[in-house]
Amino acid sequence: MALAVKSEGRDAIKRRALLSRTLFLVPGLTYITAFMLIPLGFIIAYTFLSRGTYGGIEFIFTFENYTRALDSLYIGVLIKSIFIAAAATVLAFLIGFPVAYAITKLPTNRQNIMLVLIVLPFWTNFLIRTYAWIVLLNTQGFLNKGLINMGVISQPLELLYKPSAIVLGLLYAYIPLMILPIYSALVRIDPAMKEAAINLGATPAQAFRQVTLPLALPGVLVGAIFVFVPSVGNFIVPELLGGGKTVMVGNLIRDQFLKARDWPFGSVLALSMVIMLLVLFFIQARVNRRVLGDARA
Amino acid sequence: MRISRTAVAATAIAGLLLGLSACSSSDSGATKLDPNADLSLQTLTVSNWAAYNPEDLPAKFEEKFGTKVTITNHATNEEIMAKLTAGGDSGIDVAFVSGQFAQALAAQGLIENLDKSLIPNEANLVPEASKLSYDPGNKYSMPYSWGTTGICYRADLMKGNEPTSWNDLLMPKPQYKGKVTMLATERWLMLPAQKSLGYSINTQDEAEMGKVKDLLIKAKSNLLAYDDTTFYERLVSGEAVMVEAWDGWCNYGIAKNKNIKFVVPKEGSDLWADTMVVLKTSKNKEAAHAFINYILDKDVHSWVIDNILYKVPNVLRFTHASPPK
Repeated sequence: MALAVKSEGRDAIKRRALLSRTLFLVPGLTYITAFMLIPLGFIIAYTFLSRGTYGGIEFIFTFENYTRALDSLYIGVLIKSIFIAAAATVLAFLIGFPVAYAITKLPTNRQNIMLVLIVLPFWTNFLIRTYAWIVLLNTQGFLNKGLINMGVISQPLELLYKPSAIVLGLLYAYIPLMILPIYSALVRIDPAMKEAAINLGATPAQAFRQVTLPLALPGVLVGAIFVFVPSVGNFIVPELLGGGKTVMVGNLIRDQFLKARDWPFGSVLALSMVIMLLVLFFIQARVNRRVLGDARA
Repeated sequence: MRISRTAVAATAIAGLLLGLSACSSSDSGATKLDPNADLSLQTLTVSNWAAYNPEDLPAKFEEKFGTKVTITNHATNEEIMAKLTAGGDSGIDVAFVSGQFAQALAAQGLIENLDKSLIPNEANLVPEASKLSYDPGNKYSMPYSWGTTGICYRADLMKGNEPTSWNDLLMPKPQYKGKVTMLATERWLMLPAQKSLGYSINTQDEAEMGKVKDLLIKAKSNLLAYDDTTFYERLVSGEAVMVEAWDGWCNYGIAKNKNIKFVVPKEGSDLWADTMVVLKTSKNKEAAHAFINYILDKDVHSWVIDNILYKVPNVLRFTHASPPK
C-alpha cells in the first residue's frame, strides 16, 4: 500500500513536471509555428503553383519553378553569393580571431569595455553605416581625395561598385558576430589546459594549435554561421556598395517578390536558401559534437 | 515534436485556405458616396513617397475638414503594390502610385472608380492630363505630377560631347566609361535600350526584348552603378558625368550646380504620371475624395513644383506659382 501511494506521488510529480514543461514551451512553440512553420508551409505550397500577372499566385500546379531554378543563370547567382559570403566569413575569422584572443588577455574590466566597443556600431542604422562607406570610398570621397592630396596617387582608385566592395561591406557589417562567439569560447578555456600542454613539452605555438584552437572551434563555427547566413541573403550591400551590378541571391529573391511579381519562383529560391542553411547547421552540429566529444575523451 | 508533422501540415493547409479566401475577395459594386458626409468622423491613411507632399498637408487638411490624416511612406511602387495586393484591408485609404501601377490595381479590382461629383477641382487639370493612356478620362486615378525620363549630365565636364542620344549613355566615349549610371527600376532600366533600338517601351515582342537584353548587358560594363535614388548627387560630386534620370530628380542636381543640364534624347522617351487612387477597402471614401480634391487645389498643387521640383498637370500652375528658380 505504502509503496503504491509513494509511486503515485512520484507519478504526480512527474506529471506536474511534464505539465509545467509543456506550459513553458507553449510561447516558444506558438511563435515558431505562427511565424516560421506556417509561413514556410505557404512558401512550400507556392513553389508548386503558377504566378499571377500582378503578383500573387494562380492555382495551377507546376514543377516549372524548380526546373527554372536549375538554369545556369540562377545557379551562377547562388554560387557567386556563396563565394562572396564565404570570402567575408573567412576574412571575418582572420581578423576576428586575433581580436577575440587579444581581448581575453586583457583585465576583466577592460574586456567588458572592449566588448561594448565591438557592438557599438550596431547602435547606428545599418543603412547609414553602409552609405558612409560610399562617402569614404567613392572616386571623389575622403580616401581618394586624401591620397591624391598627399601625392600617393594621381588618379582616384575605383574601390566601389565591384564584388570586393560587397565583401568589404559584409565584413564590416557582421564581424562583431564573429568576434563575440569566439571570445566566449576562448574565455571558457581553462588556462590550466594550456599550462599542462606546455609542462608536457609543447611549445607555446604547439599548445595554441593543438589545445586552444580546437577548443575554440565551436565558437568559430557559430561565428562563421552568424556571418555567413546574413551575408549570403543580404541585398542592401550589393545594391549600395556593389552598385546594383552584382546580383546576389537576396536581391534575386527580393526582386522576384517585388519587381518581377513572380512569387512562386521567389519561393523556390527562398526555399533553396533555407535548405542550404539547414545543411550548414547540420554540419556545424556534427563538427561541434565531434570536437566536444574529443575534448571529453 | 512527434505530433508536429501532421499538425504542421494541417495548420499549413488551414493557413493556405485562409490566405485563399483573403485573396479571392474582390467583390465589385461601388458604394454610394454621401456628398454631405461629416468628414470629421472619418480618418485618412495616405501612402506616398517620402517628401513628396507638403509637410503640413495633414495639419492643413484637418484644420479645414476635421479629418485626421496620417501619411505613411513607401520607397517604391513595388513596395506599395506588395502592401496593397497582399490581401485583406491594408488600412490605406489613398495611395500615390505611378500610372501603370494604378492600371494594375484597377485590373485587380482593388481601387474605386472615382466619384467625380466630389472632385470638382479636376477642372484645374490641363486637358492632356485626362487623355493619359493608362486611364483615359481619369476614371480610377487622378494625376498628381508628371514628367519624363532623359539624360542628366555635367555640361562643364562633357564640353563638346553633350549627349543627344540614348546611345551616348549606353555606349559612352572612352573618357566617360565608368562615370555613367542608369536607373535600376525595370521599366526605366530598359527604356534607353528600347528607344535606342527604335522599339516601343511597351514592347512585348520576344525577339525585340532579346535585342534589348543584349544591348543592356553590353552597356553594363560601362556603368558606374545602377542607381534610382542618389544619381544627381553623383553628378554634383563629379563621380558621374551623365546619368539616366527623371526630370524632377535632375532638377535637384541643377538646384545645386548650374552646370548640370537635362536632355530628352532624340530617339524619344516616356511621359509618366504619378497618380492618386482610392482603395476599395477604404471606409473613409468621402474623406478620400475630399483629399484628392484638396490636392488639386491651386495652392496645394503649386507647392509641389515649388518644393519638390516636379511638374504638375495643373492649369493654375501657369498663372499662380512663383517662376522656377
